[in-house]
Amino acid sequence: MDIPWTLQTGAGAWNPLLWLVGFAVAFGVAWLVRSRGRPDNRSGDALKPFISGNEEPENAGGHIPASNLYWGFTEAMKTYYSRLVPFHTGIPSDYVAWLLGVMALMLVIALTV
Amino acid sequence: MITRLLLAMPFLTVAVLLLLALGALLFKRNLIKMLMGLSLMESAVNLFLVAIGYRQDGVAPIFTNVPQTLMVLPTVQALTLTAIVIGVATSAMMLSFAMVIYKKYGTVDVRNIRKLNG
Amino acid sequence: MMDSLALHLPALLVAIPLFTAFLIPLAGRAGDTARSALVLLGAALTSLAGLALAARVFARGTVLYVFGAAAPHAAIPMDSGGIPIRIIFQVDALGALMVVIASLSSLAIALYSLAAESRQSGKDGFYSMLFLLVTGVLGMVSTGDLFNFFVFLEISSLAGAALVAYRIDKGEAVEGGLKYALLSTVGALSVLMAIGILFAQYNALNIATVASRLRFGSLDMIALVLLAVPLAMKCGAVPMHFWTPDTYTTAPSSITALLVVSSQASLYGLFRILFTLYGDLLRFNWAVFGWFLVILGALSAFVGVTMAIPQKDVKRLMAYHAVSQTGYMLLGVGVGLAVFADAGALAAYGKTAMAGGLFHIINHAMYKGLLFLTAGAVFYRTGTRNLNRLGGLGHAMPWTMVFFMIGALAIAGIPPFNGFASKLLIYESVFRFSPFLAILAMVVSILTLASFVKVFHSMFMGPPRAEFAGVREVPAPMIAGMAILAAFVILAGLVPQVFVDRMIAPAVNALVDRAGYIAAILGGH
Repeated sequence: MDIPWTLQTGAGAWNPLLWLVGFAVAFGVAWLVRSRGRPDNRSGDALKPFISGNEEPENAGGHIPASNLYWGFTEAMKTYYSRLVPFHTGIPSDYVAWLLGVMALMLVIALTV
Repeated sequence: MITRLLLAMPFLTVAVLLLLALGALLFKRNLIKMLMGLSLMESAVNLFLVAIGYRQDGVAPIFTNVPQTLMVLPTVQALTLTAIVIGVATSAMMLSFAMVIYKKYGTVDVRNIRKLNG
Repeated sequence: MMDSLALHLPALLVAIPLFTAFLIPLAGRAGDTARSALVLLGAALTSLAGLALAARVFARGTVLYVFGAAAPHAAIPMDSGGIPIRIIFQVDALGALMVVIASLSSLAIALYSLAAESRQSGKDGFYSMLFLLVTGVLGMVSTGDLFNFFVFLEISSLAGAALVAYRIDKGEAVEGGLKYALLSTVGALSVLMAIGILFAQYNALNIATVASRLRFGSLDMIALVLLAVPLAMKCGAVPMHFWTPDTYTTAPSSITALLVVSSQASLYGLFRILFTLYGDLLRFNWAVFGWFLVILGALSAFVGVTMAIPQKDVKRLMAYHAVSQTGYMLLGVGVGLAVFADAGALAAYGKTAMAGGLFHIINHAMYKGLLFLTAGAVFYRTGTRNLNRLGGLGHAMPWTMVFFMIGALAIAGIPPFNGFASKLLIYESVFRFSPFLAILAMVVSILTLASFVKVFHSMFMGPPRAEFAGVREVPAPMIAGMAILAAFVILAGLVPQVFVDRMIAPAVNALVDRAGYIAAILGGH
């Protein structure tokens, strides 16, 4: 069975067009299910977000600034970041030192192996 | 022995120049001195290029009225000329960068040219 | 007429942008419209020449162009004793792939710049250097001559550094340009030193000729390190990536997108040197340099993405992702290099890994270019790159938002965009080489998605903000520039096999076919 436009990866295959067809079918099914729901449930209170029965907060100030996103991730990885970030000193001569360092290391490896 | 040593002289000079250049690039705090190191490095490479084209007792590679067949290599000299031109452009640009940085940051200490980091 | 034009395509490829670069100040004297028209014309002709040349290479195989010869194919003059003495452009399928990347990106970028830079001063110099940068990139990927490669490398570095620093921006842009110029120059001098070492031994600068004479002595290994490490630095591999965020952040966005292409030309140089110049099946130490690329790749992918997550500046964040994505390319091609001596493994997964790596180069150039252009569009309207200050722009800039979403989903490897196709090739082949590396690559992809969700949320989501009340959608040329790249992202995502069959597979074969590259110049096998 040879379907055209299929990407052979050696271990598997990937066909975006078939995937899109599957996506469209799933979308169609979801739309069908939704269209069979109760039409009177689409107005009034049902449109409001449900936040455990609390009042919805005002919109203003509701935007979370970027620094606060993934606070947990950076906090959990603190030891990793506290070691990694200091390497990025921003000093031009350090940058040159890294380049020459890697070059020296590779020279040693290439000449000994 | 002496001849061999003399023939090796340009390459020793290249090595010394390279060491000086690397020293200036890595350990000098003044940006201008770093750029001088860069210029030294250019000279080292240019000298290396010309030196590998040298043939003992060779003459300049001009073919009219040539007295003998042994000539130095013309290709590397052409390469060196190109490299010199590129070097001049680089130096001019980098020095103008240093000038602007001194105007805006008030320093040429490379350890302070690090507004961008992290 | 058409035939002779087609014959001279490789020369036109660098001649058109070079002449455009020096005509621009003249056109600039006639006014803004004349200059814009020339920029558009130059960019369109350059891409046309590039795409036509690439089509020729993919249809008929390697194209040679010997500068100054009676016939463009006469690589070896009758009286030279069997040595090519002229500068030769040698465009094989790999070079053609890179030419396609540079052509498409430079067209989109020129279009975008016309609107994005319209309010700036000093446009003559800006566009002149933009075209010089394009010249440098196109020259690097099409030349078959080591010294010529160095010259184009320097042209692209110098023009790139000058463009980064062009808008001084309180000195920060100059700092970015200085770092780029400093590292590029040190790297380029090291490359020149290596070229000198090779020339001293083999009396040739032509890549194919040097490759055919290479003896793999200690000096050759020194030259290899002097060539490979600076080129790895130029493509932003960890731990030599430090300049990338600094430079990419401060450059104008259109230039950042072009710098991505220029760094990929360095990647091309790295692959060309490892595979074509040194890739002798028996005498080259495949494992050492294969693992060199693999380790650089894995480090770049992971360090790049983890450094990106806490960034607050949108372009700095994207720059770290450029490092991270370069890691995928190094990883894919590195796996191919590491198993090269093992014919079974090479056929089973090595070539797939290389195909993934090369496919990722073109995909990355398109979606990362697109992302930088959207970041530039946001900066154009709001004047800030700080993610903490941005927000709610989705209401005013719907097109930019859609293009950003396409780019973000592609870079995170979400189907059906192009990033997924190349990453899938890399995952599945690298898994057979080392499951750990494949899993690492997937984790990196997840973190990439996470950090782009953050950018999307901070820039476009939320209620409209009072301080951005006057923000509108960007002008049409900027949208058109982004649309070119977005169209490629979607197309390559929907029909990846077409691209792999027509462009990537020939490029992989060109990369592994060292004898073929040499024979194209010296003749015979």
